Amino acid sequence: MTVANLKKGQKAIIGEMTSQDIPLKLLEMGCLPGNHVELIQIAPFKDPLYLNVNDTYLSIRKETAKLINVELIEDE
Amino acid sequence: MSKQINVALVGNPNTGKTSVFNNLTGLNQKVGNYPGITVEKKEAIIKLSRNLKAHIMDLPGTYSLNATSMDENVVVELLLNKNDKDYPDVVVVVSDIENLKRNLLLFTQIKDLGLPTILAINMADRMDRKGIELDIDLLEKRLNTKVNLISAKKNKGFDSLKQSIIDYNKISLNPCLDASAIDKDYFDSLRKAYPNQDLYKLWLVITQDVNFGKTNRKRIPSESGFKPKSDSEIKRLQQKETIKRYQFINNTLKETLTKDLALATGLRAKIDRLMIHKVWGYVIFLAILFLIFQTIYDWSTYPMDLIDESFLFLSEFVKQNLPAGMLTELIAEGIIPGIGGIVIFVPQIAFLFLFISILEETGYMSRVVFLMDRIMRKFGMSGKSVVPLVSGTACAIPAVMAARNIESWKERLVTILVVPFTTCSARLPVYLIIISLVIPDERWLGIFNYQAITLMLLYLLGFVTAVASGWLASKMLKVDFKSYFVVEMPNYKLPIFKNVAFTVVEKTKSFVFGAGKIILAISIILWVLASYGPTDRFDNAEEIVTSTIDHSEMTAQELETEISSYKLKNSYIGYAGRAIEPAVTPLGYDWKIGIAIISSFAAREVFVGTLATIYSVGNEDEQTIKSRMAAETNPILGGPLFTFASGISLLLFYAFAMQCMSTLAIVKRETGTWKWPMIQLFGMSGFAYVVALIAFQILK
Repeated sequence: MTVANLKKGQKAIIGEMTSQDIPLKLLEMGCLPGNHVELIQIAPFKDPLYLNVNDTYLSIRKETAKLINVELIEDE
Repeated sequence: MSKQINVALVGNPNTGKTSVFNNLTGLNQKVGNYPGITVEKKEAIIKLSRNLKAHIMDLPGTYSLNATSMDENVVVELLLNKNDKDYPDVVVVVSDIENLKRNLLLFTQIKDLGLPTILAINMADRMDRKGIELDIDLLEKRLNTKVNLISAKKNKGFDSLKQSIIDYNKISLNPCLDASAIDKDYFDSLRKAYPNQDLYKLWLVITQDVNFGKTNRKRIPSESGFKPKSDSEIKRLQQKETIKRYQFINNTLKETLTKDLALATGLRAKIDRLMIHKVWGYVIFLAILFLIFQTIYDWSTYPMDLIDESFLFLSEFVKQNLPAGMLTELIAEGIIPGIGGIVIFVPQIAFLFLFISILEETGYMSRVVFLMDRIMRKFGMSGKSVVPLVSGTACAIPAVMAARNIESWKERLVTILVVPFTTCSARLPVYLIIISLVIPDERWLGIFNYQAITLMLLYLLGFVTAVASGWLASKMLKVDFKSYFVVEMPNYKLPIFKNVAFTVVEKTKSFVFGAGKIILAISIILWVLASYGPTDRFDNAEEIVTSTIDHSEMTAQELETEISSYKLKNSYIGYAGRAIEPAVTPLGYDWKIGIAIISSFAAREVFVGTLATIYSVGNEDEQTIKSRMAAETNPILGGPLFTFASGISLLLFYAFAMQCMSTLAIVKRETGTWKWPMIQLFGMSGFAYVVALIAFQILK
């Protein structure tokens, strides 16, 4: 499962980074293995995605989101 | 003797770094450009103590030392170059309390360079409200540095920050973590190959090439025994480095920072619900745009009228009080109307910059980027293109530069190509004066002013053309690209008045002085060209007119006008103008407008100043620019020159034509070739001519 599969409000933990195409900038913003990610909002035309990653709020496009593997945290 | 040290302010975007700079330096700051590139350079010299002065530099915002843009590269280049005269003695990393984690990444990198690095945590006034507690002593110990809590908004903590800068020698130069542990063998061999170089600096120089093709890897002489890594291996290592740094940061903050989660959320979610709503989000965005344009139109009328009258008065005053002669005429008829033609637009430009800087400061602009990305991508651009397109309404030059933030080259190129279609403030003078001449000052349904609606439509026309040509360009351009898009969504903030005021004053000043110089020069040239002629007919105008036409029925006043218009026709400018007249007549213009259009290539706003200069030469009546234009008659068709048809034709010509040499120059610089600016020049101007021609022929 990837960030692109998350539904609004769902939280997950980022897994191993396997793709070379993930921009370094995203990592610098805290998008790293083991960190939390939450899908805050999806833009009106289903893209881009508004995330909270490791306490940073940012938005990325779906194509990038598809590269980030995550593991869903079950409802608390 | 007092000593001076270099202090560099570094930090992530949106941390309030600029307000920290403003608070530290007050009014004595200087804004310029880094040599050779158009990245803004802000600096100031302040007195720290009786014998210590500090040269403080506000470096561009950056998330890390891995530069991906020209702005970020400025920071890296400065921090790597010990021989630079601005090389800092001490670095202040400005963070904000809520994004401390992310800002510490940059902090640990800079610390690794062996520079004294102070951490200043801004927006400390929010800590209570957000339920954040911080163990400063422990944090200082973990980071090996001095940590200062400050609040730029409340102006608190700056004395102790200054004290920390004064004591910069006492700060430990040890890094907080060993980044070379990510690949011991590689870094060992690097160290062995270049024993005299700082290890982390070497690593940065190597990685810069991967991220940003500007610096040259050959700066490090190649040594035997050192095996360079491939680009993808280096990328891999950079990922590892980032992970390593975050491990350290997460551990450090776990010990030192506590957050009451119940208080942490709140405002952002509430405002976001409205601002990025699938319907209301767009409605609000359009409403804000309309509000801006309505305000610009309504509010600036009063100061503009005042300025117009004042310059008229000044011109008259000079004529009456200085000894008559060439110089006085030059001042009264050339220079003063020319300067008046630019000063008059200061109110509007100031309002425009005011709104744009408020939108940026509040964090709203990022929401617009988020809302618009999907739509803009259909037209070959990115959500980030909205920022250049909106700031293009102020001036295409900063807008073309703002396109640097777009990561994909193709999206960036398309944005640069279409930005000049947006209605920049230089078009505003032309629009305003033409609209006031040909569109009735009445209200539709008793609410909407026709003139304001026309202006709004012209702005919309600019946007629509920009977007449509973006679609066209993206279909035609064959560029290989990998797009990526990472936008921070900052917290909503009330704009800090001081920051907004600084921006408005600074931008307006550079607009007035930048364009002012050109306009002044052109005014003088025009005046000379209009005041002298190549043949006797100019010098003997009075005799020729009185002897050739029957003036017995004319008043002295009418005769005077007849003579001066004969003179103008036979001046140098008259000859030049009549030479191009055949090209502009089908568009509904006379040769005077033709001259004004030609001189607009220096800067569009010159149009009004040019007409002001041409009309005022030899004209003794006290009249404003507008009433002089209204009095002009069409030499061929008769009747007033500025009719609905010729007015609309002129508006459309200015809406589409590429008439700004400075923009062409900046596009050349940003794209590295003359190909793109030339496409803009001929494509846009040719299109403008055709559209204006069709409009006049249909409407006349």
